[in-house]
Amino acid sequence: MNHNQPVYTDNDPQSELVTLNLGPTHPATHGVFQNVLKLDGERIVSGVSTIGYIHRAFEKIAEHRPFYQITPLTDRLNYCSSPINNMGWHMTVEKLLGIEIPKRVDYLRVVIMELSRIADHIICNTIIAQDTGATTTFLYLFQFREHIYEIFEEICGARLTTNIGRIGGLERDVNDIAFAKIEKFLKEFPVALKEFESLLNRNRIFIDRTKGVACVSQEMALSYGWTGPLLRSTGVDYDVRVSEPYSSYQDFDFEIPVGTSGDIYDRFLVRNEEMWQSVSIIRQALDKIKLEPKGVFHADVPAFYLPGKEDVYNNMEALIYHFKIVMGEIDAPKSEIYHAVEGGNGELGFYLISDGGRTPYRLHFRRPSFINYSMFAKMSEGMLLSDAIINMSSMNIIAGELDA
Amino acid sequence: MAATNEQLIDLLAERFGDKLTEVTQPYGVLTFSVTKNDILSVLSFLKENGKIDFNFLTDLTAVHYPDQNAIAVVYHLHSMINGIRVRVKVFLNEAHPSIETACGLWKSANWMERETFDFFGVKFENHPDLRRILNMDDLGVHPMLKQYPLEDPNRVDKKDEYFGR
Repeated sequence: MNHNQPVYTDNDPQSELVTLNLGPTHPATHGVFQNVLKLDGERIVSGVSTIGYIHRAFEKIAEHRPFYQITPLTDRLNYCSSPINNMGWHMTVEKLLGIEIPKRVDYLRVVIMELSRIADHIICNTIIAQDTGATTTFLYLFQFREHIYEIFEEICGARLTTNIGRIGGLERDVNDIAFAKIEKFLKEFPVALKEFESLLNRNRIFIDRTKGVACVSQEMALSYGWTGPLLRSTGVDYDVRVSEPYSSYQDFDFEIPVGTSGDIYDRFLVRNEEMWQSVSIIRQALDKIKLEPKGVFHADVPAFYLPGKEDVYNNMEALIYHFKIVMGEIDAPKSEIYHAVEGGNGELGFYLISDGGRTPYRLHFRRPSFINYSMFAKMSEGMLLSDAIINMSSMNIIAGELDA
Repeated sequence: MAATNEQLIDLLAERFGDKLTEVTQPYGVLTFSVTKNDILSVLSFLKENGKIDFNFLTDLTAVHYPDQNAIAVVYHLHSMINGIRVRVKVFLNEAHPSIETACGLWKSANWMERETFDFFGVKFENHPDLRRILNMDDLGVHPMLKQYPLEDPNRVDKKDEYFGR
């Protein structure tokens, strides 16, 4: 069964093709995507992807904002794992300014980033299951995304668009309630994930729908610029956390799961295994945090880290720094920097050019969804429409990141 | 295997001589400029030379420098085997920005070049499908160029100087 081979020929008597507008709003695409497909029966002959429906000009807006005001823009890229985007941006600026981050903050960030990676993968994997007809698993695992959002709420006050952390650290220390919630999550989530896997991994219907569908070779994946779980499902063990460790990922012991064929089943398995690895990373990080000095939640860089309100009111220096940071009058070097983090979908890169002014001269987001999605129309050729739908689910394309 | 920037500079200097200009290493990433006539040969040398093996086009974008009358197209390449990145820039005249497409080397260049065309008006010659990608087709301008303000210029309550920018 090879879905990628077209069955039509030029002398097919039934060659009348139907044009189908899949999207921009369609319940099966989970986001604002339009694909104009030419169909021969249920088989796709050719397709054109049209994107840009929620383009919000973030790169233009970013050229007019001081660094700390750009964090809320990054929230709205991949809004399923906003904290990773926030941290990625903070680390880019910290690298530009040369700020050393204490280990405890690094570990706290790792906990937050891995929680959001789990949330991201929960969404993708449960939606693959949902689109193949398994609603139970979708509802069952989705409640743990809710528990992760409750943890974020405890840490920063927001759930979806978190704006978590600050340049130089976190805005406040992670409190005991948040730690208790993380512990509770670590106790309950593996049980549910195990059950989720036992419901799907060897499920005949699920395997028939996903195995051998939309296979991608390593060469194709690299040529189309795939990163993240999609690239790893083809067998390339590229992960930014390992190849260029940031936020002290080198201190952790974890594995990079890879697939073999790059089909939808492999992508599903890779994401599932990454959730297990994330759980293990969070456990290691919590142990490491206990060994670090308590109460450290930001670097000692008053010129860049926004001071607390009580200091601003009672302390002259804090007031001056507060004013300078809020007005964007910080000393940024004239330079350019590319910093990448491993987002939920792949390598999320920030290319920042600073001319020493209060705003970036140019900021470009390397958005994995945008680059991963460029293969979709080409891949769909010769595929059944129903397979193309689960193929799109398994690529985890987030409209906010696609369009920026 | 070339693993450091110095080895990479030696390899490139041997092949291209003084065609490489403005060689710097901001934050450890080797950065250099070439002319638009040399860009394809430089990119394919970087990609296909077995010693350095820059197999991955990470990012392709542009930057507008109105005071130099230039638009710079910036390529970020990544050698996954050697774990090293390189940044290649091509400065184009802002009046007629055009450059050869990299679609023949990496398929991912297709959409990234469309995005760069959409926002900066850079014409990628021999591109298979050079259309706007995020903005609407009849927008008429390339909005990331610096001469276009962020806010609607007709609004009196949102002047840039009120916000210190």
